[in-house]
Amino acid sequence: MKVHRIYALVARHLYLYRRSLPRMMEIFYWPFLDLVIWGFITVYLMKFQGQISGAVTFFLGALILWDILFRAQQGITISFLEEIWARNLMNLFASPLKPSEFLAATMVMSVFKVMAVSVVMVVCAGLFYSYNIFVIGMWLVPFVLNLVMTGWIIGVLTTALIMRFGQEAEVLAWSMVFLFQPISCVFYPMEVLPGWLQAIAWVNPAAHVFEGMRAVLNASVSPFAHLAWATGLNLVFLGLVIAAFHWTFELCRERGLLVRIGE
Amino acid sequence: MSTPVLHVQHLVKRFGAFVAVNDISFDIRPGEILGLLGPNGAGKTTTIQMLLGLVTPTAGSIQMFGLDLAAHREEILQQVNFSSTYVSMPQALTVEENLWVIARLYGLSQIQERVDDIVKRLEMEEFRHKVTRKLSSGQSTRLGLAKAFLTEPKILFLDEPTASLDPDIAQKIRSLLKEERRSSGLSVLYTSHNMHEMEEMSDRIIFLQRGKIVAEGTAQEIVARFGQADLEEVFVKLAREK
Repeated sequence: MKVHRIYALVARHLYLYRRSLPRMMEIFYWPFLDLVIWGFITVYLMKFQGQISGAVTFFLGALILWDILFRAQQGITISFLEEIWARNLMNLFASPLKPSEFLAATMVMSVFKVMAVSVVMVVCAGLFYSYNIFVIGMWLVPFVLNLVMTGWIIGVLTTALIMRFGQEAEVLAWSMVFLFQPISCVFYPMEVLPGWLQAIAWVNPAAHVFEGMRAVLNASVSPFAHLAWATGLNLVFLGLVIAAFHWTFELCRERGLLVRIGE
Repeated sequence: MSTPVLHVQHLVKRFGAFVAVNDISFDIRPGEILGLLGPNGAGKTTTIQMLLGLVTPTAGSIQMFGLDLAAHREEILQQVNFSSTYVSMPQALTVEENLWVIARLYGLSQIQERVDDIVKRLEMEEFRHKVTRKLSSGQSTRLGLAKAFLTEPKILFLDEPTASLDPDIAQKIRSLLKEERRSSGLSVLYTSHNMHEMEEMSDRIIFLQRGKIVAEGTAQEIVARFGQADLEEVFVKLAREK
């Protein structure tokens, strides 16, 4: 893997964002809007603080962490879509660029997006709702790292599907992640799910992160077991989706789909 | 005779039942310009896409610089580039930003000097800071060529490189190609629907029809073989054959 090729792709995307208001809005506007809506819901729920213990910390914390996952996924998928929209895939893959370097560059972009969104949301939550995400403490670091990895898994999977089925599948870039939301147990504990869905949620790394977050906030049990599960599942699934991406890339070269995406 | 820089043997590409390229073999020698002629759908673009590693051949082999493309993709593509009228650069970036990205992608050194040089040689100074989407089609074509020349390739694949250029710039591009060939031994695979340009530029021509090579030789040899007045008449005759 060559760093200069990854850097080239990251620079290409940074040039793009530098002068594009809609793209900057995608980073700042939507997370801000999410925060405002959920912030008001939380303010309302605070009236029932007795009945719903820790509502404020649960909802706003969960929202910020969910957005980290979502932006991590978007960082990968939107970067790929940008190349389709610009009809730039031929220029890239007729160069010495490897698919793994392409993925690495989208992951770097994903980290940049997550950092930007996190700053916006943490600052706004603090300013408007006096909410401090850092009440989660040092556990926040492994939680965030795991959510970024889960975002990458969904992002790489979505990218492979768009590559295989063409631009008409681009709606997946925005919808795929929401398929995972009900079983991520973002705003409710896993125990509220029916038994069969709990079994599915158990193999979703994000569900373990959110369960872990609730464990920390309730100061009930150590989130270590959930973190270990999340990390293990993330590593396995990340390996699998990267392998699937490479397999799809070869399939697309075989069928001539790579040069036809976006036509 | 020098060793070919590009050696294609029994290349086949099938998409399901459709045979796009049907058992073609050819070589390109150092400093040679090989013209690839044929009507639409003859298999020219698929051939170039296979040579660039964008499409996997169904059968046959592609060797460049003595290396097999399937096994040495990265090493080979580092020394190869292409330009096509039908492939654009990212529209939201300026001309210069696009060239910088390409330079970084190929790991070039002294990027600013190289960018300045190619911008000057292709007379792009007046629009080097312009956003690509605001370029005229001729300016876009020049950007595509600048991208191809910037990396100083040993083999260049040019798909109708002068299609949207005015005659003055088109002539300058042809001169630049000849100069590169003379000074650095650049080898070129060239497609064009301009038969006069094909005759002027190509050392040899391969004529493709329905994925097969139906004629090969210098322009004069092909014209003589088919008993026509010029290459354009040969093209029309072959293109109309069932």
